[in-house]
Amino acid sequence: MGIASEVTGTGCAGASNGEQPMFSKIMVPVDLAHTDRLAKAIDTACALASLWGAELVFVGVAAAVPGSIAHNPQEFGDKLTAFADSQAAAHGITATAHAAISHDPATDLDPTLLKAVDEIGADLVVMASHIPNLTDYVWPSNGGTVATRASASVFVVRG
Amino acid sequence: MSDPTEDDGQGIPAPEGASDLIDTEYEIGQDNIDGSVGPFGFDIHNPVFMISGIAIVAFVFYTLALPEQAGSAFSWLFSAVTKGFDWFFLGAANIFVLFCILLIVTPLGNVRLGGKEARPDYTYVGWFAMLFAAGMGIGLMFYGVSEPMSHYSSSVGGVSYSVDYTGPMPEGEEDTPEGWADRESFDAATGISGATPADVQAKIDAAVPEGQAGLFSPTQGRTDWAPLGAAAGNQEEAIRLGMAATIFHWGLHPWAIYAVVALALALFSYNKGLPLTIRSAFYPILGDRVWGWPGHVIDTLAVFATLFGLATSLGFGATQANAGLNELFGIPVGATTEVILISAITAIALVSVVRGLDGGVKVLSEINMGLAALLLIFVLLVGPTLAVLTGFVDYLVAYFQYLPQLSNPVTQTIAGDAGRGDVNFSQGWTSFYWAWWISWSPFVGMFIARVSRGRSVREFVICVLLIPSLVCVLWMSVFGGVAISQVVNDGYTDAQDAALALQLFKMLDVLPLAAITSFVGIVLVIVFFVTSSDSGSLVIDTITAGGKVDAPVPQRVFWCVFEGAVAIVLLLSAGGLGSLQSMVISTGLPFTIVLLIMCWAIFRGLQAERRI
Repeated sequence: MGIASEVTGTGCAGASNGEQPMFSKIMVPVDLAHTDRLAKAIDTACALASLWGAELVFVGVAAAVPGSIAHNPQEFGDKLTAFADSQAAAHGITATAHAAISHDPATDLDPTLLKAVDEIGADLVVMASHIPNLTDYVWPSNGGTVATRASASVFVVRG
Repeated sequence: MSDPTEDDGQGIPAPEGASDLIDTEYEIGQDNIDGSVGPFGFDIHNPVFMISGIAIVAFVFYTLALPEQAGSAFSWLFSAVTKGFDWFFLGAANIFVLFCILLIVTPLGNVRLGGKEARPDYTYVGWFAMLFAAGMGIGLMFYGVSEPMSHYSSSVGGVSYSVDYTGPMPEGEEDTPEGWADRESFDAATGISGATPADVQAKIDAAVPEGQAGLFSPTQGRTDWAPLGAAAGNQEEAIRLGMAATIFHWGLHPWAIYAVVALALALFSYNKGLPLTIRSAFYPILGDRVWGWPGHVIDTLAVFATLFGLATSLGFGATQANAGLNELFGIPVGATTEVILISAITAIALVSVVRGLDGGVKVLSEINMGLAALLLIFVLLVGPTLAVLTGFVDYLVAYFQYLPQLSNPVTQTIAGDAGRGDVNFSQGWTSFYWAWWISWSPFVGMFIARVSRGRSVREFVICVLLIPSLVCVLWMSVFGGVAISQVVNDGYTDAQDAALALQLFKMLDVLPLAAITSFVGIVLVIVFFVTSSDSGSLVIDTITAGGKVDAPVPQRVFWCVFEGAVAIVLLLSAGGLGSLQSMVISTGLPFTIVLLIMCWAIFRGLQAERRI
């Protein structure tokens, strides 16, 4: 994680001078069905959070209909909270969960995430994305779209 | 509630108290295969996706490779199902209406979809627009003028017969005075003086389609397409009967069919935590076997019904848009134009598909609703406004007045009894319609379910059953009423004489601003068309992804293109729309059984909800 270590250096310098940490609220979009694919992004986010003492907010998007993760929005929220708690315990950081319910997550993911950035008041988004390929020209990746439109800084972790 | 960290998506959790979740080990998506083809990801249910895809492709090849054989097989199938099972369709549809009324008036209606605390996801306007556009759409454009017109025309004229088949009775015999009188009028109508039973039978044989003579009552009835006993020569009553028959086909019965399927889906997924597929409603009966082959068969049937139902609708839409474009711009009518239309409309639908439920279907539905309302108000205002408005009330009364007879499932002669005496109408129209609505029901039902979370069962049934029915009555009263008034009062018969697809445009022709309204008509047909194609792709994708609503979008694109391709291929084949209709009807029959069982499952499910 070359980039992360560079950031670490700068962050430490800022923190040691007693200034405001660079980022205080970091949003991490997660797909609970594929947490294995997100390991690199989550580790990055946790490292940044512990560095600056920032709060991590895990954001999950689900439909109101039963899915492979949960059978209703409430259960989805509970599972996301449990996930956030386990990450917080494992990395010794503060982490919360934000469950967003979308009518059609397959198509509404980007606007739902962008809305979540504002609702949470996140100043940094750390999210996983695939290496761009041909389809990204017609069908941009979620990471790409969020980076283009979000008001906060976006750290796209390839993996 | 079980600890979420423990099961991590495995199995169904214990009830939360807000609703009565069903306890099963099944995990949504557990039978799915996911991966990617090139850059496109997929997440499909095995084997529902494969079986339905392969079977549909095989069907299309069969139609193309052996057009004549396929054509005759389809027409046999069509007539066997509509004629052999008319009683079943009519009886089942009556049960669905009664069941819905039961839900409204009993405490079962208090149950809220999505649990006690759930709140509606959509506003009333957005909700209605979507359920209406999905439920009827193109059909209202296609049949709005033509159906009332057809029933009126056959009711006021047509061929009736009434005769004592066992032989002429001695004059003056007390028990048959009516038979004699009618027989005399029949003699006059047929031009055979003193017609013998053999003459009469020959006349019936000549008038009815081949091989169906046995279906007609030997004593009295109609050999044309008029509903019930018609109203020969009585213009006023013929209009009422024609409108009542039309409303019958577009009112309570179809919406009760949709309501049953939609309610079953909504209840078993929002309240019970089962996947949003048709098979989930069978859980109370089949238990965990529903995740195996019985469930695969049910879901595959639903995919067939949806795809062929949609392709038929696309066929109707293309024919009508083509007729309208020809009328307005002189664009030639024919297969080439229709293929271009279906392709162009599928392309627009693709954009909508990619935009999703809120950005695509919902927006289109609201545009549709607005345009349709404008057209309706315009036709109402420039037509005979007062007559149409009083007609609305009168037709509604006529509907309820004729409802018991129209919904009588005994359409054929039984043991020499007269039956209804209108087999052509009850089988050719009603039976076909019921099968058509039923085959559409997985699609419309799932769509309605998808947008109905948070409503109480009573609110849901009232809104799905009564309000769309009333809108249909209004629509038919205005479009049919104006068209009939043109014939009756103005002597304008162009609409009456035109082909079905053209009747709407011929009716608009003599109203002011005809060019604009016809154009709006074509736009409406096309936008309804796009909405159906879009929401249909969404529904088929959900079923073939094992109830997952977040499967990769390219899958929806695949189904959308596939629907268009099936519609084009079948439209070009020898059978044309006929082959599509036969498939719709044939999938409608097994689905009627599915629906009847659903009623029971809903009843059980709601009872369990009431206990918590």
